[in-house]
Amino acid sequence: MSDKPKIDEISGVETTGHSWDGIEELNTPLPKWWVWTFVVSVIWSLGYVILMPAWPFPGANGWEYTKGLLGYSQRVKVTDQIAANEAALNVYRDQIAAQPIEAVQNNDELFQVALASGKSLFGDNCAPCHGSGAQGALGFPNLNDDDWLWGGTLEDIQVTISHGIRWDDDDETRINDMPAFIKDEILTPEEGSAVVEFVLQISDQNHDAAKAAAGATVFADQCAMCHGEGGEGMTMMGAPDLTDAIWLYGGDRDTIMESITNGRRGQMPAWSGRLTEGDIKELAIYVHSLGGGE
Amino acid sequence: MQDEAPQNSLQSPLSALAEEAANLAAETVVPLGKGPGEEPVKPVNAKEERKLYASRQKVYPKRVNGRFRKIKWIVMICTLAIYYITPWLRWHRAGDIPDQAVLVDFQHQRFYFFFIEIWPQEFYYITGLLILAALSLFLVTSVAGRVWCGYACPQTVWTDLLIYVERFIEGDRNQRIRLDKQPWTLSKLSKKTIKHVIWLLIGFATGGAWIFYFADAPTLLHQLPRGEAPFTAYFSLAFFTFSTYLMGGIAREQVCTYMCPWPRIQGAMFDEQTFLVSYHPTRGEQRGPHKKGTTWEGRGDCVDCNQCVAACPMGIDIRDGAQLECIQCALCIDACNAIMDRVGRPRGLISYDTEANLEALARGTEVKVHLLRPRTLLYAAVISFVGLFMLFTLTTRATVELNVVRDRSPVFVTLSDGSIRNGYTLRVLNKEHEAKTFSVAVEGLPGARLVRGGNVDASVTTVTVPADLQQADKFFVILPKEQRSLLGSDGAVDLSFTLTDETGAKTAANMSTFRGPKS
Repeated sequence: MSDKPKIDEISGVETTGHSWDGIEELNTPLPKWWVWTFVVSVIWSLGYVILMPAWPFPGANGWEYTKGLLGYSQRVKVTDQIAANEAALNVYRDQIAAQPIEAVQNNDELFQVALASGKSLFGDNCAPCHGSGAQGALGFPNLNDDDWLWGGTLEDIQVTISHGIRWDDDDETRINDMPAFIKDEILTPEEGSAVVEFVLQISDQNHDAAKAAAGATVFADQCAMCHGEGGEGMTMMGAPDLTDAIWLYGGDRDTIMESITNGRRGQMPAWSGRLTEGDIKELAIYVHSLGGGE
Repeated sequence: MQDEAPQNSLQSPLSALAEEAANLAAETVVPLGKGPGEEPVKPVNAKEERKLYASRQKVYPKRVNGRFRKIKWIVMICTLAIYYITPWLRWHRAGDIPDQAVLVDFQHQRFYFFFIEIWPQEFYYITGLLILAALSLFLVTSVAGRVWCGYACPQTVWTDLLIYVERFIEGDRNQRIRLDKQPWTLSKLSKKTIKHVIWLLIGFATGGAWIFYFADAPTLLHQLPRGEAPFTAYFSLAFFTFSTYLMGGIAREQVCTYMCPWPRIQGAMFDEQTFLVSYHPTRGEQRGPHKKGTTWEGRGDCVDCNQCVAACPMGIDIRDGAQLECIQCALCIDACNAIMDRVGRPRGLISYDTEANLEALARGTEVKVHLLRPRTLLYAAVISFVGLFMLFTLTTRATVELNVVRDRSPVFVTLSDGSIRNGYTLRVLNKEHEAKTFSVAVEGLPGARLVRGGNVDASVTTVTVPADLQQADKFFVILPKEQRSLLGSDGAVDLSFTLTDETGAKTAANMSTFRGPKS
């Protein structure tokens, strides 16, 4: 078009010639700073495409991409960072693995590392059964309290974690057997009921005194071997204390009857094959620190 | 078009003096920009000159001498001196903490200001300082307008400094205009290069001083040339070099007019009693050139010499009245007073005056100035209140604090003897400059036993916290079975932990809750 550019009378600015309902569009030039920013961005992007990973293209083994002259890769960077963190942690892990567990416990620095690592290991491996706060659940012991089936010293806990409980694949696993007294007809239901009253008596609960007296004899014959003469339990055998306030399956009349009828066979995996020696030490120290450690 | 040969002048101040002397000898003040070989004077940023889409017209402020120029030099020297020297002031501190009087230690999350040490959770002191600064700005603005903008704002101070450099190398106003108009010669190239290099060096020094506020200054100075300083130090250095150069050297008055929000807010803070740099039209009009010896009757005192316009760093004409662009630097007052002296008229044709008085003058009267008016009194009262409140909290703040974090998983643990145990993490803050040992006690729960967690003997109920640090220690509280009745129906009871230092003084306490089974 050879027409002269139209000038808007009011603003004195050239118009584009576009008109809508008589309103004409001004051809206002772009601000210079904007134009220059745009130009610099274009130049920058050219350099970026050459130096950094940029274009995807289909290759022989699926999608590939131009790598860029700098060879930058976020994945490699993250891998390096993880490796660096691991290396820094390994300084402590090596010491924890090399030293006896008491030495780790008494070294403030190693103790703090063990607590922190133990906590995250616990969350990953133990929390599904024992709970995130190690508070336990029905059939899964609370690890915060001072009642330990197999002992609550650092070494006891370490052994339990390493070899598990009634874990067939581990030769050194902790094992005992609470028989199904009534189901297997070792005791009659009446004898069983009497023992229940005796257990209620020694655990300081409401009970039938006459039946409990009869139950005491049965208890002495059948139960005391593992649970002790007074029912105070025996950590050597993994036999629970029946006199205290803590019950793994429950301490009421019906639940105790159920335990005597069918027996109890809780299981815990052996972790020695899955976790390293150091990891298990860290876990043992963490569990020990929850408040019940002996 | 200017066809004059380029005048070489590093002796620019001298030639400026020669110009002045020539004017003096002429007995009559020749309006600036109309004399022989002078560049025309225009207020390039006056309202009618400003279109929505227009390239910036460069402002060439002319050098002035006088009372306000002197004040501005002094303010510039003082503010720059404070800025550059402060990080080098030493102050003895214990341990590994740098002996620096003013230090913002991001790495260890501490702010040191002489004897004051601020922890991150005490950041409200900084908020208080900012409130004080804002209120002081409001007060000053309501009394005397944009004093901050005209004298103390970093933008003004550094622009002033960079213009001084420009004037030193390229000469005063007329010479600078001519230099910009003339074709590129070796002499022009060298002058421009020297100017920009010096500007960049000043920018470098600006950034250089800034980074010393964030690290031990001597250590950082040692690291800098060796490439051992942190990346942020080099980045800040480059950033401030560039921004000082850009804002102070290139953008100048545009920063105040277009970028800064303050001028827009100012309008709400002036009132008719505010002292503003004002031209007195009642005295000045009718303006026009005046020949020495002729009468002053029937005309105004303004000889239309344009000195006030030439001196203005914002490119406006103060005779147009109060304007958004005016930063109230008062250089036009100096410029005008010099002329008034020469033509033998009283000073103060342009001076600090209030709108109320300008209106009164127009009616032929005068009014007194009210410095004490509700606005200024209110600002002063709020400033005193905030200041005193901060002083009070600063002098009475605790140097030892105790926070109690209760275990939530599990909420409580039943022990084999039927007693209830709760776990607590005690965070003790020791803001004192020496390690302190406290004995911990629990109150509000009779019969409860306090037991230490962690790898420390359970019977140890003292904690030792290193100087200037916070420490977390695990504790258990055990409530015997017989005392379980103390727990209400909701199974909870309040208890408090207390810290007692070696002198036996109770130094800190905090509340928490003890929980057991609901009954």
